[in-house]
Amino acid sequence: MSELLKKPTMFDSAQDDLPLLEIRDLAITFTTPEGPVNAVRKAHLTVMPGETVAIVGESGSGKSTTALSAIGLLPGNGKVTAGQIIFDGEDITHADEKRIIELRGSSIGMVPQDPMSNLNPVWKIGFQVQETLKANGLAGSNSKERVAQVLSDAGLPDAAKRAGQYPHEFSGGMRQRALIAIGLACRPRLLIADEPTSALDVTVQQQILDHLDTMTSELGTAVLLITHDLGLAAERAEKIVVMYKGQVVESGPALEILRNPVHPYTQRLVAAAPSLASKRLQSQRTEVAEEINAVVKAEHEITDDDVLQIKDLTKVFKIRKGLGRSEDFTAVDNVSLSVKRGTTTAIVGESGSGKSTVAQMVLSLLEPTSGSVIFDGQEMSNRSEKDLFKFRRRVQPIFQDPYGSLDPMYSIYRTIEEPLRIHGIGNAKSRQTRVKELLEHVSMPSSTMHRFPNELSGGQRQRIAIARALALNPEVIICDEAVSALDVLVQAQILNLLNKLQEELNLTYLFITHDLAVVRQIADDVCVMQHGRVVEYATTDEVFNNPQSEYTKNLLRSIPGATLRL
Amino acid sequence: MILFTFKRFLQLIPVFFGATLLVYFLVFATPGDPIAALSGGKPMSPAVESALRAQYNLDQPFWVQYFLYLKNLVTFDLGQTFSGQPVADVIARAMPVTARLAVMALAIEAFFGIIFGVIAGLKKGKLFDSTVLVASLIVIAVPTFVLGFVLQFIVGVKLDWAKPTVGSTAPWGDLILPATVLGLVSLAYVLRLTRTSIIENKQADYVRTATAKGLSRRRVVMVHILRNSLIPVVTFLGADLGTLMGGAIVTEGIFNVPGIGNLVYQAVLKGETPTVVAVVSVLVVVFVIANLVVDLLYAWLDPRIRLV
Amino acid sequence: MSENPTPEIIEPTASAPRVRAGKISSRRIEHYVAPLEETPLQSVDKVDETATPLSMWAQAWRSLRTQPLFIISAALILLVIAVAAFPGLFTSTSPTSCSLEFARQGPSAGHPLGFTFQGCDIYARIMYGAQASVLVGLFTTIAVVVFGGILGALAGYYGGWLDAILARLADIFFALPLILGAIIIMQLPAFRENRSIWTVIITLAIFGWPQMARITRGAVIEAKSSDYVMASRSLGLSKFKTLVKHVVPNSLAPVIVVSTISLGIYIVAEATLSFLGLGLPPSIMSWGNDIASAQISVRNNPEILMWPALALSITVLSFIMLGDAVRDALDPKSRKG
Repeated sequence: MSELLKKPTMFDSAQDDLPLLEIRDLAITFTTPEGPVNAVRKAHLTVMPGETVAIVGESGSGKSTTALSAIGLLPGNGKVTAGQIIFDGEDITHADEKRIIELRGSSIGMVPQDPMSNLNPVWKIGFQVQETLKANGLAGSNSKERVAQVLSDAGLPDAAKRAGQYPHEFSGGMRQRALIAIGLACRPRLLIADEPTSALDVTVQQQILDHLDTMTSELGTAVLLITHDLGLAAERAEKIVVMYKGQVVESGPALEILRNPVHPYTQRLVAAAPSLASKRLQSQRTEVAEEINAVVKAEHEITDDDVLQIKDLTKVFKIRKGLGRSEDFTAVDNVSLSVKRGTTTAIVGESGSGKSTVAQMVLSLLEPTSGSVIFDGQEMSNRSEKDLFKFRRRVQPIFQDPYGSLDPMYSIYRTIEEPLRIHGIGNAKSRQTRVKELLEHVSMPSSTMHRFPNELSGGQRQRIAIARALALNPEVIICDEAVSALDVLVQAQILNLLNKLQEELNLTYLFITHDLAVVRQIADDVCVMQHGRVVEYATTDEVFNNPQSEYTKNLLRSIPGATLRL
Repeated sequence: MILFTFKRFLQLIPVFFGATLLVYFLVFATPGDPIAALSGGKPMSPAVESALRAQYNLDQPFWVQYFLYLKNLVTFDLGQTFSGQPVADVIARAMPVTARLAVMALAIEAFFGIIFGVIAGLKKGKLFDSTVLVASLIVIAVPTFVLGFVLQFIVGVKLDWAKPTVGSTAPWGDLILPATVLGLVSLAYVLRLTRTSIIENKQADYVRTATAKGLSRRRVVMVHILRNSLIPVVTFLGADLGTLMGGAIVTEGIFNVPGIGNLVYQAVLKGETPTVVAVVSVLVVVFVIANLVVDLLYAWLDPRIRLV
Repeated sequence: MSENPTPEIIEPTASAPRVRAGKISSRRIEHYVAPLEETPLQSVDKVDETATPLSMWAQAWRSLRTQPLFIISAALILLVIAVAAFPGLFTSTSPTSCSLEFARQGPSAGHPLGFTFQGCDIYARIMYGAQASVLVGLFTTIAVVVFGGILGALAGYYGGWLDAILARLADIFFALPLILGAIIIMQLPAFRENRSIWTVIITLAIFGWPQMARITRGAVIEAKSSDYVMASRSLGLSKFKTLVKHVVPNSLAPVIVVSTISLGIYIVAEATLSFLGLGLPPSIMSWGNDIASAQISVRNNPEILMWPALALSITVLSFIMLGDAVRDALDPKSRKG
């Protein structure tokens, strides 16, 4: 690592060597109706003054629980059962309510995960900032100006006016800025940032993290950053703590962990992280790819067989403005693309780009305002019911939310059998054989048949959704954010499965996603959308190596960890 | 906010027309002779009969009848009772009594319902919570008139703490017992609603964030949990005012309160349909207005609504 | 499509692209690795094959059957239904052979609860009166669920003008409180002269359906926006079949809860109407009628009123408690996953 790349930090000095926060052998237990659950065991970490430490782990690894225990914010059924939490030399493991309230806000701040639900909808933003100042005795006489100052420090333009608005008048990014303002309002020495940007678009995420970086280094605030994204952690923190099943499995200097992961779990995580994977491909370090990440693109025979063509597709929604007035909103604006048989085309865009609307029109679930979808040479609009029914056999979707895409009332067997039944394929016996075969295809034990969706994990449900989509032997599969809701390891697993199936069954994918990093692992062609329009459409390599539009460049830059030199 | 008020007002117009039409339709268009319905099936003098025909324009087509009735309703020309008094006067005398009763009932149910509901919600699963929950179920399950008799008997007769029946002027003091009976069932609903709402809000993300700011427990509860939890409760209370006035029939009967409910009840017993129709129409108006007030209150409490 | 009231991107993005290299601390940070045996690595996303498969209903049943509230209320309801169906099994005294010589007498052998004002056996009347209350509650609920449920489901699922009309219609009915509306109907000649169990059921159903329609509508709207509905549609299942096969089964939980509770409420409403002299005709033996006829002697013989009132209240309480218990068991928040 060259000295040039070293980023200076305010608290560079090595003299204050007392840790600000020290967690020793912490154990946290939740009492549930099914019995006690050990959420965290023997966790330990230290945060030095001014340092940024990231806790990385998948959902359920205990990373948030560990961090929140430091300000006494465990849910009612959670309890610290062993170990110590030491803040600034003081043991606060079992500190009384009064002491914890003293510390909250003024010594330890928090920025929560979801900006949509973390501001009280019935109070003005300014009020919510002001009460923070007041509670910690910092309001003073000119509290209005202080509030405006705090908000504008967090990067909110026109702060004095904005303070008089309600949360619902703010966009997600602005709400997160307001929450950062609240977290840092009293200049705490430690800020706990719990997935502060995971609910936001990547470009916004980028901006907000940059701003948070600047602010905390100016204030000398130490940050305990909780994230599921290894790339993001490596980019933002000096030190990474990897948690797995409630335990710390590895910790150390951020870049060191990425370069030399020692624990097998960390190795898995590093190998699977899509943002880092794409980076690795660029820097010719594919040999690091582990078994889990063996995402090898199948060699496609290039034919001119465009199975799916979209021409000048446009969708205009009427937005009701009350009292009979309405306004046109163009969600999809003149989109054209074509997908070759046996290949994958990804449509990438941030929220509101119209990518999912395109998917719904391709699936004939939504009528286009103008333009056409041509499947296998046949125009889709004005098709007869019968033709549409035949079309359904050949084009199938996989949706984003693994918890919503399976009917909770249907057993797995009924779920996978349903398409066969609808299309009158086979008899009871042959259908059962087919269901078993499909479960095997998606690497699920055939005993899963008798289970119900609520007994399966997100990744497992997504496999069932894939099996259901495959039941009719379709040619095209539309994946609408099919892996976005999954943990990285599971995500990599599903991507592998999709690649494997494509190879075996010569499937064509239209892959809708907000995550450019994932695109690299699966797509042959990429179509970048912004505000309903296509801003860039080329092969994956071209888009990644030689992006043309400013927006694509910005998207690429915003992939966490994308610019790390490993 | 002004636009919102206006829009809400406009939306209530079809409800008003629909509800009055419904009442009118039920009385005049169901099988049977409307005159027989108006007279309660009892023989009547030709003079009364012709007066009824004139009041309700029974020789006209149905729609004309309905609109003339509406016109009468708006101008408070509500016809006469069998004893010859103008119905409008009778209502004007009874209405304040029932309004007083309903407001007292509302105050009682709001006060105790919210306080008990909040405590139960904050201490979910504790003894107080379970006790109050079971008690509220019992109150809902026991018919109001049984509750009325029991309270009248115990408090009014056995303990002699309050007058078992209400005097003809219906002073506030006399109304405490009937108002309690009237509000008791709603109290149980308010309690349960408050409790559910508190439990839900207690787990909200913004409550955790408020705690993380360093606010005292008391402030978190008062400012962040309570205000948000009370929004549905206030909505319920507002709509309940109309229900209480309409539901006062039983209570007023038991305690002999000279209010609207008693008026309707006596009219029903005597088969005096014109009075019934008039009173019900007036109550519909009260209900519709109460709903408008609720909507405005709701918008005032929850800033998100104002945009719609 | 929700509009963003404010722009997401705030600063100009033109600023020079920064190459973020990660932070390097000047402090020495120890590289710690946990011993492998402490956290054995498990294979990613393994299916737990040990647990027995359970449907949502089976899970609800499993949590229900251990709840005391459920056990008590279900046992009581079964008892009430048995009494309503075969009152003769629970008493050998005839409820109609009354003799004024026993009027208002207290309990005696074979007459555990004493006699009414007319000298009828109170216990026997309670046993035989159960039928009317249970029938009214049951059939009103069925009528309301069928009529309100179907209308609400169609309105919620198809939306548009049907939904708009239904919403206004429900508003209109809500403007008339149940008792008030029932009074108007019950005093109409057509009803007043043909009073029977059915007129009471019809009256209560007329004012009860809008509530059920609202509940069903809400549940259907929630279910219809699920991805599994979209998945079935794109499998080629017709719109109506999707409603029947996926949306309705998933909307049943709140409907079941509300109908159970409503059943109790309708029994109370019937009693109230009978108390006002507008419910069941005096010829039909019912708790409501017995309470109504006992009110004249409430000062001196409160027990004549209390016994049927107690029977009624316990029945209603059982239904409400059952509804509450079922609600808790079906609550998606308490379900795992």
